[in-house]
Amino acid sequence: MKLQTATRLGLYAVLELARDPDRTLSVAELAERFDVSAHHLAKVLRTLASAGLVRGGRGATGGYRFTGNRRRTTLMDIVALFEPAPGQRAKEPGEDTDIGGALQRVLSEIDEIAEATLRSISLETMLRNTSTKSTAGSR
Amino acid sequence: MFALRSAEPADLPAISALDARLTGEAKAAYWQGMLQQYAGGPPSRHFLVAETPNGQVAGFIVGEVRAWEFGQPAAGWVFAIQVDPKLRLKGAGSALFQALCGKFREQGVRRVRTLVDRKDNLILSFFRAQGMTAGPSLQLDKDLQ
Repeated sequence: MKLQTATRLGLYAVLELARDPDRTLSVAELAERFDVSAHHLAKVLRTLASAGLVRGGRGATGGYRFTGNRRRTTLMDIVALFEPAPGQRAKEPGEDTDIGGALQRVLSEIDEIAEATLRSISLETMLRNTSTKSTAGSR
Repeated sequence: MFALRSAEPADLPAISALDARLTGEAKAAYWQGMLQQYAGGPPSRHFLVAETPNGQVAGFIVGEVRAWEFGQPAAGWVFAIQVDPKLRLKGAGSALFQALCGKFREQGVRRVRTLVDRKDNLILSFFRAQGMTAGPSLQLDKDLQ
C-alpha cells in the first residue's frame, strides 16, 4: 500500500509525540528524527492540530505535544486526514466500462481490507508493538 | 478480578444469554453442542470461562488445536470470544485469550489464529492489541444463487 508523503509524516509525528504525551518536540526535532522536510512536516502538524490530535506551542521555541487519546485513536483516523475517503475518490477514466468496473471492484476489495487493518490498530497497540520490536532488536 | 476455569454444562444459560445479547440471535442449541464438544472434551479442545468474584460469567473463549485445516500445520484456533459489555476493559478478554494461548503452548503449537469480520472493529482491535496480525490465508466467499 502506497501512502502519500503527508500521511506518512502525519503517522510518524503522531506516533512519536504519543510515545510521551507530556513531552514537547519542535518541528525541527521531529523532522531530524525521521529525516524528512521540516517545511512539509510543519504543514502536516497544522492539520493534526486542527483535528485535535496535537497542540502546538507559540513562538520560535514552541513545539508540539500529543493531545489525543492513545487508546481511542486508530491509524485510520490519521490516514483519513490526508487521504481521500473511499467514497470521495474521483472517478478514473474507463471505470464505467465492464473491464473498468471489474477492476474497480478488485481495487475496492483491497481498499476495504487496508481500511479494516488501519482502523483496527490503535496508537496504543502500535506503540506497544514498536517497543516490543525495539526491545527484541536491542538484545 | 476474574477467575478463569473450564466451562461446565451448568454455564449454558449464562453463555447462551450473553451471546444472544451481543449478537442479537439466540442459539442455545449451538452453545449446548459446543459445551458438549469443547468442555471436558479431548485435550485439544478448550472452553474457558471468566467469572466475577460473585460467580457471574463475565466472558468465555472457545478454541482448539487443529492440524492441516486448509493445508496449514498445527495451530490453535480461536472460534469464539465474548465478554459482557458491562465488564469490558477490565482484562477479562485478555486473561481468557492468554489462558487459551497457554493451553495451546502446552500442546506444542506455536501459532494462534482466528477469523474476524473485517467490519467488526471492536473484535479486530482486541485481537490486534493481543499482538495478532494478518495471517497467511485469505478467506473467500461466494453467494450461492
